[in-house]
Amino acid sequence: MVALFPLKSVIIIIIIIMATVEDVLESVTQSQASKYKTIEVQKDIEPQLDLGNLLTVDQNPLDLKKLRGDKEAYLKSQARDNTQLLFNAIWKLPTERVEEAICVKLPETTTVLPREKPIPKAKLQTKWEQYALLKGIQKRKKGRMVWDEEAKDWRPRWGYKRANDETKDWVIEVPGNADPNEDQFEKRMKAKKERVAKNELQRLRNIARGTKSKVPGVGLTPTEKPSKEEVGLALHLAKKSTASLGKFTEKLPKEKEAKHVGKKRKFEPAIGDFKKEKEQQLNIINVMENKKPKMDITKAVNRVMTEVDQEASSDDRRKRAGKVKNRRGPPRKKGSGGFGKKGSGGFGKKGKAGKGKGAKGMGGKGKGMGGKGKGKGKGR
Amino acid sequence: MRPLTEDETRTFFEKLSKYIGENIRLLIDRPDGTYCFRLHKDRVYYVSEHIMKRAANVSRENLISMGTCFGKFTKTGKFRLHITALDFLAPYAKYKIWVKPGAEQTFLYGNHILKSGLGRITESTSQYQGVVVYSMSDIPLGFGVAAKSTQECRRTDPMSIVCFHQADIGEYIRAEDTLT
Repeated sequence: MVALFPLKSVIIIIIIIMATVEDVLESVTQSQASKYKTIEVQKDIEPQLDLGNLLTVDQNPLDLKKLRGDKEAYLKSQARDNTQLLFNAIWKLPTERVEEAICVKLPETTTVLPREKPIPKAKLQTKWEQYALLKGIQKRKKGRMVWDEEAKDWRPRWGYKRANDETKDWVIEVPGNADPNEDQFEKRMKAKKERVAKNELQRLRNIARGTKSKVPGVGLTPTEKPSKEEVGLALHLAKKSTASLGKFTEKLPKEKEAKHVGKKRKFEPAIGDFKKEKEQQLNIINVMENKKPKMDITKAVNRVMTEVDQEASSDDRRKRAGKVKNRRGPPRKKGSGGFGKKGSGGFGKKGKAGKGKGAKGMGGKGKGMGGKGKGKGKGR
Repeated sequence: MRPLTEDETRTFFEKLSKYIGENIRLLIDRPDGTYCFRLHKDRVYYVSEHIMKRAANVSRENLISMGTCFGKFTKTGKFRLHITALDFLAPYAKYKIWVKPGAEQTFLYGNHILKSGLGRITESTSQYQGVVVYSMSDIPLGFGVAAKSTQECRRTDPMSIVCFHQADIGEYIRAEDTLT
């Protein structure tokens, strides 16, 4: 069939085919472009980017119509757009190649994240720091090295080979008032050791204060002038500080037992002297009874209260009785108070009394009068 | 098992005397034999000498109870009376409260006694006085502490508490596993 076509028509067909090829190519690129979305994203409000945290915050309101339609697709597209924006920003940062990989150094974070762990507690002040704060004593920076006049050299202020080390003196002048047989070198060494020990104890005390635990090893602390009790305790401890816990430590002929020393608790035997036990218990009861106050105040107050009560009630009775007897002179103080009882009491008699009063009480107070009026009515 | 120390005896007697006053003497000084108080596992038992001597043969872990348990010492060193002591408190009680039949049950369930449930009360009971609670038919039901003195009881409204609950015989069922 093709052979039958004239040449001209063949050329035309070819041209048409060429045109369709171009069309197809164009349409393909277009479809590809629509498939791979552009890297440009349009947003009404610029999303906030925190590159340090790789975070995008999009404050644009969501399109409710689309959200109600295909929710998943809409949200996905939103996420894609925002991620695209983030990556656009990342690509704008200066890049470098490290072993065939393109790397970017992220800037400092701008979003403040809450910390995972609680804020560490402030270190507890030592006793000296507290005191210094109270007195306003400032810390002064002291150089580590000090000039040693004798050695003509700079030496550390403290520690090994320190400057002006008084324990290293090769000769010491014996003070005028000192015992000539006393070893002045040893005295200095001892004083130094005491100072170190004291400092160590204070350090431990500060720690103990911070952790609220007991100060370890508080038996005897170095003191300038130990009191009588401290000396006694020191003696007691020294005596007990043997392998046999002082069992064989010799005693002075009239030595007293150390005071304030722990006592071992001791119990009576379960089956012992029953008579003695009974006596002791009765003794305790006697002592308890003697300790009791002679006058029980609450009891006394109660008694007075009862007496007052009884008097009041008997007075009431007398008054009531009096009222019935001499009707003419009733005290006109109780208005409604007296009335309640009267109402509930016998009607006939009081009605009569009420009659008399009613006539008299016309000029009285409203309440009292009304009450009596009622009584009168009932009586009739 | 051991006798009470002096301090323990004092706290124990002080608590006991709130209910029976100087009648403790009658518990110690008995004509029908020697009776004593013994401490075992923080609990105070009132035992006759004979039973105690026999109980002494039982090892400490195995001995559960002997005589009558009066109560126990708390970890803070206070003494707390148990309901088992009621048998000895009731006959010597100085101050008593009688409960109306309607209020008996609530008391036996561990509630305080309200004024509405109060049948009778010993005259001149002071506030916070230890009292033994009886039913109207004179059956001891438990003990407690007077929340109000006799005088105040007369005036208060019926819903106010007159006696704080401490122990009642309902505990024999409720606290069956802890009573010894």
